[in-house]
Amino acid sequence: MDKSKNQKVKFIIGLTLVGIIFIMMIAGIFCTPYDPLAMDMSAKFAGVSFKHIMGCDNFGRDIFSRVLVGVRETMFVSATVVFIGTFVGIIIGTVTGYFGGWVDEILMRINDAVLAFPSVLLALLVIGVLGGGTHSLIIALGIAFVPSFARIVRGEVLRIRNLDYIQCVRLYGASHLRIIVVHILPNLRTVLLSSVLIGFNNAVLAEAGMNYLGMGTQPPNPSLGLMLSEAQSVIFTNPWNAIFPGFVIVMMILGFSLLSDAMENKS
Amino acid sequence: MKAFKKLWRLIILSATLTVALCACGGDKAGDASKHITIGIPQDLSDSLDPHEALAAGTREILFNIYEGLVKPDSNGDLKPAVADEYSVSEDGLTYTFHLRKGVKFHNGKDVTADDVLYSIKRNADPDSTLANASAFSNVKEYKADGENIVITLNKKDGDFLQTMTIAIVPEGVDNLSTQPCGTGPYKFVSRSPQENIILKRFADYWGEKAYIEDVTLKICANADSITMDLLGGSVDFFARITASQALQLKDSNFNIEEGTMNLVQAMYLNNAVEPFNNEKVRQALCYAVDPKEIIDFAFDGKGTELGSSMFPAFGKYFVKEINDVYTPDIEKAKELLKEAGYENGFSFAIKVPSNYQPHIDTAQVIVEQLKKIGVNAEIKLVEWDSWLSDVYVGRDFEATVVGVDASTMTAKAMLERFTSDSSKNFVNFKSDAYDAAFNNAINATDDATATEYYKECEWILAREAANVYIQDLAEMVAINNKYTGYEFYPIYVLDIAKIKPAK
Repeated sequence: MDKSKNQKVKFIIGLTLVGIIFIMMIAGIFCTPYDPLAMDMSAKFAGVSFKHIMGCDNFGRDIFSRVLVGVRETMFVSATVVFIGTFVGIIIGTVTGYFGGWVDEILMRINDAVLAFPSVLLALLVIGVLGGGTHSLIIALGIAFVPSFARIVRGEVLRIRNLDYIQCVRLYGASHLRIIVVHILPNLRTVLLSSVLIGFNNAVLAEAGMNYLGMGTQPPNPSLGLMLSEAQSVIFTNPWNAIFPGFVIVMMILGFSLLSDAMENKS
Repeated sequence: MKAFKKLWRLIILSATLTVALCACGGDKAGDASKHITIGIPQDLSDSLDPHEALAAGTREILFNIYEGLVKPDSNGDLKPAVADEYSVSEDGLTYTFHLRKGVKFHNGKDVTADDVLYSIKRNADPDSTLANASAFSNVKEYKADGENIVITLNKKDGDFLQTMTIAIVPEGVDNLSTQPCGTGPYKFVSRSPQENIILKRFADYWGEKAYIEDVTLKICANADSITMDLLGGSVDFFARITASQALQLKDSNFNIEEGTMNLVQAMYLNNAVEPFNNEKVRQALCYAVDPKEIIDFAFDGKGTELGSSMFPAFGKYFVKEINDVYTPDIEKAKELLKEAGYENGFSFAIKVPSNYQPHIDTAQVIVEQLKKIGVNAEIKLVEWDSWLSDVYVGRDFEATVVGVDASTMTAKAMLERFTSDSSKNFVNFKSDAYDAAFNNAINATDDATATEYYKECEWILAREAANVYIQDLAEMVAINNKYTGYEFYPIYVLDIAKIKPAK
């Protein structure tokens, strides 16, 4: 099998998985078969059936509906976290990489310090200060995600700013801002794309992990990590409570990493 | 094929991660007669000093380490402990306790009359800020007379003997809050914060010695993983498991024993904040919340509905009819909200301690029930430590779902909490009628009158809807079949000394 065919297979599988996840997310936004919060005494621990395709949990809530909303929640949090990470990362990365000097020294040392902290521990710390909830979770994970992006961007900017064409524009008298925005940033595109996809994967895992620890989404609202956590006590008698949310997390991660893999090699 | 290898690796990696998220194991337990691991839902982080400890979870453990002159047995009756006998004078004002011979503290010293006087003084001192100080306000004089302790009261008090369950501590030991030293069947060895507390059988105990030598109290703060801990063998005993957890343990090597928890589970409302400072709003919530549905949903129908701050184990003080003050009625609830000016409902947060699954489950059902009257409640899980400091001590909350018990088996201990100026009145309930009734009760000269007034207090709590009362939880205890002998108490204690290895 030649390499390009491999890439194609990866790309197609990745795209399919991500496509399914997106469809689930859209369904989660607009319509779910049941109200994900509605409790139904008669459906307590109902098994997998046509009525409830993923069964029901201990309050008789439809797991499929909860998974759909959970996917929406996870996608929203992960996307926002990656956006914060990238946005702040780009600002810090370009400023430090382009100007260098003491700004670089100070910001990057702070960056290193944050990076040296385990990201989950850092997020726990932030949540400890802000209190639980989705918003704190986004801020906490956002902060934890900034350093890695800042580092990648800085490396690229360092490389680009010494290229001949930048020297050339500088001789023409272009301002710093113009050089950064018009001539450097567009060239970060390829590097950023793959790191955003990888970062997104990490964000999904981190979100699930934090919710599993009960730090993010508050019950009764569903999130994939929280559902796993709640299902833990019934895992032997009602395994579908844990299997489906877990399966969807696996699908998400797999889809996005295949996609980023394929794209990285392509470029 | 390289790509597929990579793909498989990814699949396996993500699958492992999911499984890893799902399971947290623990180490296996050892020989049954020597050692038992007991899971407890929270660390004993308030204080290990028996006179300072506030949390019921702390007191239930200290019960094994400390004893009073008298102590309750599993029927709730008071039995002589550090004192071997006591007598009450004809007029009911003078109590004489005779010290038991050969009672030793865990540090090896004999218990003397001075220790007893010191223990009383710590609480009875007029400047004392300890939680039990008010119970001692009726004490006029206490002195030692040879081996007798003589206590004189200002006025007759039928519940006074309960007060003497107060722990006897050694005089001159000043690090009691970290290094407890009592006379109970178990002595304290060590505490690792957020991890465990280790107890050892006290070989010089005066009474029937404990059966099991070493006890590890393991802190299992994650409510979801308790069944995993039990089935995985890292915990042998867990009190207060939920119905669904009990279901998980069916057909395992655990026996489930059933009793009642003897506490008042309610959605406690901060009566001092908007909109709960409005009686009508509180009543509306009482009409909207259906305890029966909660019990059916979250507790498999096991539990006793309550209508006020009193539970059946209290016997003569418990009034069953109070539960009928509010029958679930959505229309009535909406009407009351309208009268209160909240026609379009309102939003509030319920703070729930994240380590108590029964309360989290209850809160989830309440959220659904309140939606029907347009009230939007949001659950906020808080750690037990922050619950204690923010909600209980700081009174910074709108509503919370917890269980409240009585420190001693007296109506006074249960109901004093709701008097306007009580330091334990974390719900900020203020009612002149209540204060008056409570005062009449504690000043009553005969028991029947006192009981009547206490009952009136309960009716007032219900009518003025101090809180949304739910139930006395059914207590289900999971005990590994290597052990037996667990006894339920009408108060919130965990008597480890009675647990023994099964033959």
